[in-house]
Amino acid sequence: MQNVYLAIPLACLAGALVSGLLGKVIGRAGAAAAAILGVAVACALSFVVFHDVMVAGHHFNGPVYTWGVSGGVPMEIGFLIDPLTAIMLVVVTFVSLMVHIYTIGYMHDDSGYQRFFSYIALFTFAMLILVMSNNFLQLFFGWEAVGLVSYLLIGFWYTRDSATFAQLKAFLVNRVGDLGFLLGIAAVFMYFNTLDYRAVFAIAPQFATATMQIVPGVDWQVMTVICLLLFVGAMGKSAQVPLHVWLPDSMEGPTPISALIHAATMVTAGVFMVARMSPLYELSETALSVVLVIGATTAITMALVGVVQNDIKRIVAYSTLSQLGYMMVALGVSAYSVGIFHLMTHAFFKALLFLAAGSVIIAMHHEQDIRKMGGLKKYMPVTFVTAWAGSLALAGIPPFAGFFSKDMIIEAVHYSQLPGSGFAYAAVLAGVFITAFYSFRMLFLVFHGKPRMDDHTKHHLRESPWVVTGPLVLLAIPSFLIGLLTIEPLLFGGYFADALKVLPAHDVVGRISRGYQGLGPFIAHGLQSPPFMLAAAGVLLAWLLYIRYPQLPDRIRARTQPLYDLLLNKYYADEFNDFVFARGARGLGRWFWRIGDVKLIDGMAVNGTARVVGWVAAAVRQVQSGYVYHYAFAMILGVFLLITFFLHR
Amino acid sequence: MNPILTELAPLFPEIFVLAMACAILLIDLSLSQERRHVSFGLALLTLAGAAALTLSDHSGAARSVFHGMFLDDLMSDVLKLGIYALTFTVFVYSRAYLAARGMYRGEYFVLGLFGVLGMMVMASAGHLLVLYLGLELLSLSLYAMVAFQRDSYPATEAAMKYFVLGALASGMLLYGMSMLYGVTGSLDIAAVRQAVTGVSAANNVVLIFGLVFVLVGLAFKLGAVPFHMWIPDVYHGAPTSVTLYIATAPKLAAFAMVLRLLVGGLQDLAVAWQDMLIIMAILSMAVGNVIAIAQTNLKRMLAYSAISHMGFFLLGILSAGANGYGSALFYILVYAVMSLGAFGMVLLLSRAGHEAEQLDDFRGLNQRSPWYAFLMLLLMFSMAGVPPTAGFYAKLAVIQSVVQVDLVWLAAVAVLFSVIGAFYYLRVVKLMYFDAPADTNAIQSGLDMRALLTVNALALVAVTPWLGAFLDLCSRAILTLA
Repeated sequence: MQNVYLAIPLACLAGALVSGLLGKVIGRAGAAAAAILGVAVACALSFVVFHDVMVAGHHFNGPVYTWGVSGGVPMEIGFLIDPLTAIMLVVVTFVSLMVHIYTIGYMHDDSGYQRFFSYIALFTFAMLILVMSNNFLQLFFGWEAVGLVSYLLIGFWYTRDSATFAQLKAFLVNRVGDLGFLLGIAAVFMYFNTLDYRAVFAIAPQFATATMQIVPGVDWQVMTVICLLLFVGAMGKSAQVPLHVWLPDSMEGPTPISALIHAATMVTAGVFMVARMSPLYELSETALSVVLVIGATTAITMALVGVVQNDIKRIVAYSTLSQLGYMMVALGVSAYSVGIFHLMTHAFFKALLFLAAGSVIIAMHHEQDIRKMGGLKKYMPVTFVTAWAGSLALAGIPPFAGFFSKDMIIEAVHYSQLPGSGFAYAAVLAGVFITAFYSFRMLFLVFHGKPRMDDHTKHHLRESPWVVTGPLVLLAIPSFLIGLLTIEPLLFGGYFADALKVLPAHDVVGRISRGYQGLGPFIAHGLQSPPFMLAAAGVLLAWLLYIRYPQLPDRIRARTQPLYDLLLNKYYADEFNDFVFARGARGLGRWFWRIGDVKLIDGMAVNGTARVVGWVAAAVRQVQSGYVYHYAFAMILGVFLLITFFLHR
Repeated sequence: MNPILTELAPLFPEIFVLAMACAILLIDLSLSQERRHVSFGLALLTLAGAAALTLSDHSGAARSVFHGMFLDDLMSDVLKLGIYALTFTVFVYSRAYLAARGMYRGEYFVLGLFGVLGMMVMASAGHLLVLYLGLELLSLSLYAMVAFQRDSYPATEAAMKYFVLGALASGMLLYGMSMLYGVTGSLDIAAVRQAVTGVSAANNVVLIFGLVFVLVGLAFKLGAVPFHMWIPDVYHGAPTSVTLYIATAPKLAAFAMVLRLLVGGLQDLAVAWQDMLIIMAILSMAVGNVIAIAQTNLKRMLAYSAISHMGFFLLGILSAGANGYGSALFYILVYAVMSLGAFGMVLLLSRAGHEAEQLDDFRGLNQRSPWYAFLMLLLMFSMAGVPPTAGFYAKLAVIQSVVQVDLVWLAAVAVLFSVIGAFYYLRVVKLMYFDAPADTNAIQSGLDMRALLTVNALALVAVTPWLGAFLDLCSRAILTLA
């Protein structure tokens, strides 16, 4: 089985290398085939592993090889294969495979075809390394590697200013998160003296009450500090407020990667990481509380922004931000399994929505403004049906996948006693309404109503080719069914067992499962609960505003101009960052440059030294006069000095 | 075999080289200019044959002939093989250069072989006079070679200076040896060692005087400051093919001389000579590296670079332990190969009527020939000590040996000067890659030279995987002495 584990990431890496390095030789079709073959192999093997873990119950935790030893600390490449890893493997490779196939159609006319395939296969490799890791160092490698590929892909169309700007922004914001993450890993190493998960988790309970002093006189709980630092990393990668600003801009990248990286997989790495670290987080209620509040804030505020967006991809992007907030909320109330469950369902329906959006964008000749669309359902039936499926799942309408996971999150928060859970409950409930509203707003504006595009575009409207619609259909199926099929085994069947650790005092899922009586009653109960009512109300409101009375939205906007502006400008977060951090950093940098670099380092240290050396060289060079008696004299002088030195030592 | 012959077996390589050198001298007289390549070929054959003899008759154990006057041990074998290989390459590099300047005559090769014989004698000397004999044989050959281009004013001037200063240094060395004889009553190095043991240097003025004068002789041969003055003028003035010869194999002979005298004979005075070598090492690194920056002539720059490298080499010797000597041997071998390649590049770029010895001649070499620019880049990186080139590991080894004897400050000084030194090596790289070529003529040279130069430069990187083996060989080679 170990060879299978090893083959999963390496197949993707091989695909990436072949399509990247030999791209010119094997051509466009060859590169695509290489990358897809690699990922398809990885996907098939992932299902094998999943089956092996699920049915046979085989787990694995061990090193593959030792990369290096520094100061007695082994740095190993190793795999941890448990239920958590298995489910991530399946999600990542399946979505990745769908996106690979979709790319054939979406990037058909792009000159960077081979490069794109190489990048996404490389991304899959990095993401697999991240989820399969059994130690912090490899986790960090995967973490940075997915960040790198994300950076490369956001700026894929590097001739566009907006793309390079967005790429830089993603990079810089992630630096902030990664700094926290790295400090967290450093803290883990400082206290536990190992980077191996198993060893760290075994020792961690001994530190449950340990304190440290960073600021003299103030005692901080070691576990809280570690968990919060690690969570800063998760905030960067999973785009939680206030480090969320990079994700909407990342939509500058091609749509397939928005689906794969910035919706389904990479941005959920933070969620995965916190779940993986559950034995640590369980030891710090403060950290859990912070996770909960940040998650809830992200869930509600980003959903509100989604309401006023007009760019089809940005709506989905804000929806992603909001849903990531939901996952964090689940983690915050120690419902790790529910968080991962939502991660999985979200991966399928959000990838579907992005790919559907991409399909619309192709048909609309790269027009992304939903105000210029409308009535597409009769031109693009497959996209239309699958987009509906995705939106129903997102809005949480039973029996679509999103209903189960979202309902479970809300229930879990409801049961939680953690500080901040009251706020979080209100936020996630309100979020349901808003989510349903903006997702159906988009659906109605794009597919229903009267066509608002120009005649030329309208004339060319047609359904996308099968390589595009195929993945849509294949993703629509799990978006519909996956929640229905997996909620019982995953949440109530003890699937995760030891992979996720929950203290009895925090065990909200356990409490819910005691009242669980089967799928039918669960759905029936869901239909009568506030979340469903709110979702239905959201859909209804969207129908009223955008189908029934299309003139109303403008009037409402006129009445609420200040609020509208606030949302449209995304709470002025970008402006704030630009003004305080960007300008502040530039000002500080300029100061260091002028004083520190130009004057001190360049002026004195470097050029000064060089100038002095130059003078000395020019002066001493005169000694080499060319006269042989000068030379002989120098020798005699040397003898004289050496003897003197010796006799008077 | 005849018993006398058996006893003389360790001397076979020397006897062979001597016989062949004399034979080539005679044969060359009867050759017309068109058939000069016979002498050339015979010279190469001599070196190859000597290498075969040295390799074949070594039983692993150290042997001595003539009552310990002549020693055949692992160190002498390693050095001799190095000398053959370096000289072989020197001859190949030089051929086209000599031919283009009317110097393609048998004397060059004969003198070169006599020099090789001198170096071999030095490498195997177990007696002060034998050492001196070898040194003079080498020096006289070198004086003549420098003056080889008789009608060249700079060359004759350089030969004159070299001769006068060399005579002065030889005199001092001989004077020092005579004082050692006075104190110890013997010229045999092993006997000198026994006699010196237990004599306190501080109380014996004659011994100290003897040591100082011997050191001056060694320092002159190595070119350590303040006995370095001849190096820039001779390197610059001599025909490049001769500079190439002086700058490579004789360094190995000088190493042998240092080890035989200081380590083999005067090891017990290490405390005394260590301090002197520290002063010379620092001065050499400082003067060599700093003045090299002000040079515009590549041969002159490489001359100062040689001085600074001798400073680094002395770091290994002055740490006065097996590790230090081993690292010094490795350093000198690596240096000789780098120097061979660097002067080889000058020869490669030169052609009839053009010396290619100015730094400006390397401008834009990358556009003229990316491959040779790359090789020069390797050579310069290695000289500057950039990993993963052999030059880096050589520097690392000597600096490590200094740190091991708790001279951390000296190591810091060495690193500082190697940073300063990096400037002028990198300047060559900058000229090659970032400047427009001043000279657009195609590079003309034979296939043999091109191939050998490529091997020469690539060896500096290719050696990396076998580094451990080489360092091990070096430390084993000096074990019989240390």
